[in-house]
Amino acid sequence: MPKKVVSGNYAAAYAAKHARVEVVAAYPITPQTSIIEKIAEFIANGEANIQYVPVESEHSAMAACIGASAAGARAFTATSAQGLALMHEMLHWASGARLPIVMVDVNRAMAPPWSVWDDQTDSLAQRDTGWMQFYAENNQEVYDGVLMAFKVAEHRKVNLPVMIIESAFILSHTYDIVDMPPQEEIDEFLPPREPLYTLTDFDNPIAVGALATPADYYEFRYKIEKAMEEARKVIKEVGKEFGERFGRDYSQMIELYKTEDAEFVFMGMGSLMGTVKEAVDLLRKEGYKVGAAKVRWFRPFPKEELYELAKNVDGIAVLDRNFSFGQEGILFNEAKGVLYNTDAKPIMKNYIVGLGGRDFTVNDIRAIAKNMKEIIEKGKLDREIEWYHLKR
Amino acid sequence: MNTLFGEKKAKAERLVFKSVDEYPEVPLTLGTTLVNFTGDWRTFIPVIDESKCIKCYICWKFCPEPSIYIKEDGYVAVDYDYCKGCGICANECPTKAITMVREEK
Repeated sequence: MPKKVVSGNYAAAYAAKHARVEVVAAYPITPQTSIIEKIAEFIANGEANIQYVPVESEHSAMAACIGASAAGARAFTATSAQGLALMHEMLHWASGARLPIVMVDVNRAMAPPWSVWDDQTDSLAQRDTGWMQFYAENNQEVYDGVLMAFKVAEHRKVNLPVMIIESAFILSHTYDIVDMPPQEEIDEFLPPREPLYTLTDFDNPIAVGALATPADYYEFRYKIEKAMEEARKVIKEVGKEFGERFGRDYSQMIELYKTEDAEFVFMGMGSLMGTVKEAVDLLRKEGYKVGAAKVRWFRPFPKEELYELAKNVDGIAVLDRNFSFGQEGILFNEAKGVLYNTDAKPIMKNYIVGLGGRDFTVNDIRAIAKNMKEIIEKGKLDREIEWYHLKR
Repeated sequence: MNTLFGEKKAKAERLVFKSVDEYPEVPLTLGTTLVNFTGDWRTFIPVIDESKCIKCYICWKFCPEPSIYIKEDGYVAVDYDYCKGCGICANECPTKAITMVREEK
C-alpha cells in the first residue's frame, strides 16, 4: 500500500482529493491553513478537479458548501476555533437540510487569551448542531476518518454532516507515515454521491429550508435523531468494511486498549490517547492493571459501548482537554449521564488536562494512575473534578 | 379565474402530514404561497377606482408583495389573499385612483 510521510493537515487534504470532493469552500485560519493550501496546490497542478470557492469568512465557507451540497456535489471544508464558532449558525443549516458535508476541524483553543494550540472546546461547543463528530488520534486516522466520513454521511439512511477533528500542531503540523490506498480501491469503497434531493433538478423545483409551523417542526427534529441512531449502525458497518478493504478496522466507536482485565481505564479523545496508550504499556510493567478507552465518535455518542466498558471496570479516569464553564469536562459530563440509568456505576473522576496546548505526558498519566488507584482502594472520590496542571 | 395565480391557486391543496412517517425526510417545499394566504394581516385595503386609472401600471411595479395583477381588460386589480395593506400603491398612483379604506371584519 502506498505510504507517504505527511502532516495531519496534508493527510486531510490528500483524503479530500482521494474522496474526489467536487467543491471546497474555505477561509484560512491557523492551524488549519495548510489543509486548504494543499488542496489549492492539487488544483493548480491539475491533480484534482475541484471547484475551489475562496470566501470572505467561515460563515460564507459553510454557506457555499451548503449550496454546493444541496446542488448534489460532494463538498468539503476545514476550519479551527474562532472560525468554527463563526460558522455556528450555518452548521445548523447543514444538518437541518440533511446535507452530507464533511469538514475537518483542527482543535484549537478559543480566545481570549489568544491561543493557537490544542484544545477540544471549539468542536465540543458545536455538539448540539446535528453534526457527527470523529476525533482522530493520529494522522492516519485523520486520513481514514475523512474517507469514512463521506461514506457514513452520504448513506441513504443518514444524510447528516460529519466533522473530523484533529489536534492543533500535535497532528496538524507533525509528520508521520500515512498509508494511502490506491485511488481505484478508494473509488470502490466510496462511489459517487447519490443525493437525496438536488437543486439542479429544474423540472421539479424545490424550496430548501422551508418554513415549518409548530404543527410540523417537531417531526423534522425527530427525523434527525432517527438518522443519528441509524448512523450508529452505519458507522460500525463502514468501519468494518474499511478494515476489510484497507486493514485498519474502525468498527468500534470506542477503541479499547488492554481493557479486558483492567481495574480502571483512562478515557479520552484525540491525540492525547496516543500518549495514554504508551503510558498504559509502562504502567502495566509497573503493576497497574490499567487500560485505555479512546472515544472515536462523540456524536452520535457510543452509549452501548460505554455501558459495556463501564460494567466491567472499577473506575474511569476521564481526561478532558476541554471544559464547560459552570459544570465540568464535557466528555465526563456526557459519560456520567449515559450511565445514570444503568447498573454500571464505576467510580468516575474528571481530570482537566492539556487546555490551550499544555503538555500532557506519560509522567502526568502515571500521577493520575496513582491517584485513581488510591481512590479505588478507598472506594471514595477525593474530589470529582481535578484541574490537574494547575500551578499551586 | 381572475386572480394572481389563476386556476393554480384554486386547485392547490395544503400539505397535511398525519404521522411522522408521512413526512418527507428533508424539510423541502412544505407549503407554498398558493395555500398560505398572508392578506389577513392587513388593517387597510386598497380600493381601485377604474374611472381614474390610466393603466400606467406604476402600482403594479411598486407593489412589494407583489399582489397587484393586470386583468384581461388592461385595468389593474388586487389579489386580496396576499395584499398586506401597506398603501404603497395608493401613495404612488399619479391619478389618485387608489384609496386606502379601513377594512371591517
